[in-house]
Amino acid sequence: MSSQTIQNLTRGIIRENPTFVMLLGMCPTLGVTTSAANGLGMGLATLFVLILSNSAISLVKNFIPSMVRIPCYIVIIASFVTVVELLMAAYLPELHAQLGIFIPLIVVNCIILGRAEAFAAKNNMFQSVLDAIGMGLGFTIGLTSLGIVREILGSYSVFGWSFAGEEAYPMLLFIMPPGAFIALAGLIILVNKLRGVK
Amino acid sequence: MSYLMIFIAAIFVNNIVLSQFLGICPFLGVSKKISTALGMGFAVMFVMTLSAIVTFLIYYKLLVPYNLTFMITVIFILVIASLVQMVEIILKKVSPALYQALGIFLPLITTNCAVLGVAILAIQKQFGLLSSVCYGLANAMGFTLAIVLFAGLRERMSRTKLPAVIKGTPIALITAGLLSMAFMGFAGIGH
Repeated sequence: MSSQTIQNLTRGIIRENPTFVMLLGMCPTLGVTTSAANGLGMGLATLFVLILSNSAISLVKNFIPSMVRIPCYIVIIASFVTVVELLMAAYLPELHAQLGIFIPLIVVNCIILGRAEAFAAKNNMFQSVLDAIGMGLGFTIGLTSLGIVREILGSYSVFGWSFAGEEAYPMLLFIMPPGAFIALAGLIILVNKLRGVK
Repeated sequence: MSYLMIFIAAIFVNNIVLSQFLGICPFLGVSKKISTALGMGFAVMFVMTLSAIVTFLIYYKLLVPYNLTFMITVIFILVIASLVQMVEIILKKVSPALYQALGIFLPLITTNCAVLGVAILAIQKQFGLLSSVCYGLANAMGFTLAIVLFAGLRERMSRTKLPAVIKGTPIALITAGLLSMAFMGFAGIGH
């Protein structure tokens, strides 16, 4: 693999991480991360849609007139989101109920349309799939880590495994809406510190 | 549920931005000045109310009779995208100043999940036409209230000195968290 290929794969995970660096797709990031499992589920659903949409768009890009490309991309993305939603309702009904309104809203996740426009519309299918895997994994990592932090602080457990006794009073704030904003702010501060932002 | 309750519930109790997390992108992106926040709020109000009517009619007159309800995501996003395009054309003609100010963010209403989210939620809650319109308008008013309050806070904050690591997004998120905490004070009203 050439260095460019490797870069396409790793860019989304670290340097252009959608959650911590690019700040894209904030609605599901804040809305579903009340537990680590929900964050992981949402991240994987987005990853799945992103791989399908990026590969489909890179295949049909030459047939779409540039004037109407955005509506075409949205229709392609919306179709895949519908596929994921129906599959999830059939095989993972519990997760489907937990994620609720945020599953159809994957269609308006800026990451997906953003990658379609910025990457898949200019590159071949193989590179586009790599880009989708990188970006999707970056998003999944972001959501899962936020979910882990919120679950640890807000219900004293990790992936549903509780580490505190019955008597414990967890900081409920962190699984309520204000905690989402504050936990994400904390993680971004940490990432900024690690990146050496001056 | 009475129409008044729909308004109170959507604006204060279950504020669309601060407790349902819809429309976070414009909430963080267009909230540096009160004037642009207000403009964005009115644009959303117009689009959301209009889309509530149109999506309601399409769902019950077209999708339900032909058994196509699984197409809801695809159809609704297309309808909203065309509505936004229309608002953009109207605004360009009627108020060029506002059009200039909103700039790139107007087309972004398409990917404002609040508009699609409210349309789908109104269907899920099985509202009638008038309730759906109230629900759309009320949520848009809640969005406007949240974004204008937030812009006011950010305007004041832009003059303070902050460490580089929390400048920009982190401090904005913390502020939003505090605002969300304040709105939690309304929880319980209407139950």
